[in-house]
Amino acid sequence: MAFYRGMTCTNVTLDGDGGTPITAYVARPEGPGPFPAVVLVHHLPGWSEFYIETTRRLAHHGYIAICANLYERAGEGHPDDVAAKVRAEGGVPDDQVIGDTAAAVQWVRAQAGHNGKVGLFGSCSGGRHAFLYATRRKDVDACVDLWGGRVVMGADELNAKTPVAPIDLTKDLSCPLLGLFGNDDRAPSPEQVDQHEAELRRHGKDYEFHRYDGAGHGFFYWHRPLYRPEQAADGWAKVLAFFGRHLSR
Amino acid sequence: MCTSIVEIARAEGMAKRGDQWFALSHAVVAYDHARHAPLGDVITLDFINAELEPAARAGVELTLETARELRDALDRAIAAAEFEEAEVRGKGAAAGRVRAA
Repeated sequence: MAFYRGMTCTNVTLDGDGGTPITAYVARPEGPGPFPAVVLVHHLPGWSEFYIETTRRLAHHGYIAICANLYERAGEGHPDDVAAKVRAEGGVPDDQVIGDTAAAVQWVRAQAGHNGKVGLFGSCSGGRHAFLYATRRKDVDACVDLWGGRVVMGADELNAKTPVAPIDLTKDLSCPLLGLFGNDDRAPSPEQVDQHEAELRRHGKDYEFHRYDGAGHGFFYWHRPLYRPEQAADGWAKVLAFFGRHLSR
Repeated sequence: MCTSIVEIARAEGMAKRGDQWFALSHAVVAYDHARHAPLGDVITLDFINAELEPAARAGVELTLETARELRDALDRAIAAAEFEEAEVRGKGAAAGRVRAA
């Protein structure tokens, strides 16, 4: 796929879950398209610089990319502070994230120059939410889960905001899934990744998991000590190849 | 919150952000990947007022070892404070001071 050095970046307002207005950052490659789309589901550190940069990165690779601010209801401020407030509130409800993400999917599907295909991309809690979305909705064509924790959850971890363990919805997965994991991670642990893979296999799902030695949680995060450049480069190649296979027409 | 290790406590007191003090509503203790400290996973302490804007927050990221030392220091200080309170308000104090305390 060609690189798109020219792009247009802007904020748009979506009708989020329950009709609540939320802001989303959009990066669109220069030109008429048609372009496939990727909806990014941000992680617990919030609507952070990493996710804004990654939205532009996907546009650079030819996708209309959109990342909604899932923490907008907590108020305005630095993403760290907003995320801390969300953590103090016990996180955001899964249903609300699904509703907000659905709004982003709907928005991007309505854009001129869209090729009709939509992928999901999420890491950490966003990886979990991306997988959860792909089990509960049938309007996405590919899902990337980067080290999503709490896909496997114990009964003691379930509550009103997270009422169901995503692994228990695996049978409803509606699109191909790519999972990337570090073997040094503890959330999810390699054993939890094994459990999830067994469940995917049991239900005959179209998935591919890749696990990296020498990497733990968040090994794409180039601004953190967690960063593992060799594994991240390989992982990015796998993400782009996966989206290329499933989102091109 | 990939680890799901988070403890939330009601808090009464004040914390400082920049040159301003604000009243607290909660203290949050978590163990998750760091956002600022050049470390992997850290103990994060957030002192916040959930009724104010998100910037009403004093946060720190600590190594486990630092967190243990802090816990021990808190335990020592609290024990000493409780002894002090007992001395002033209890058996070691004159009746007048007990009423005034």
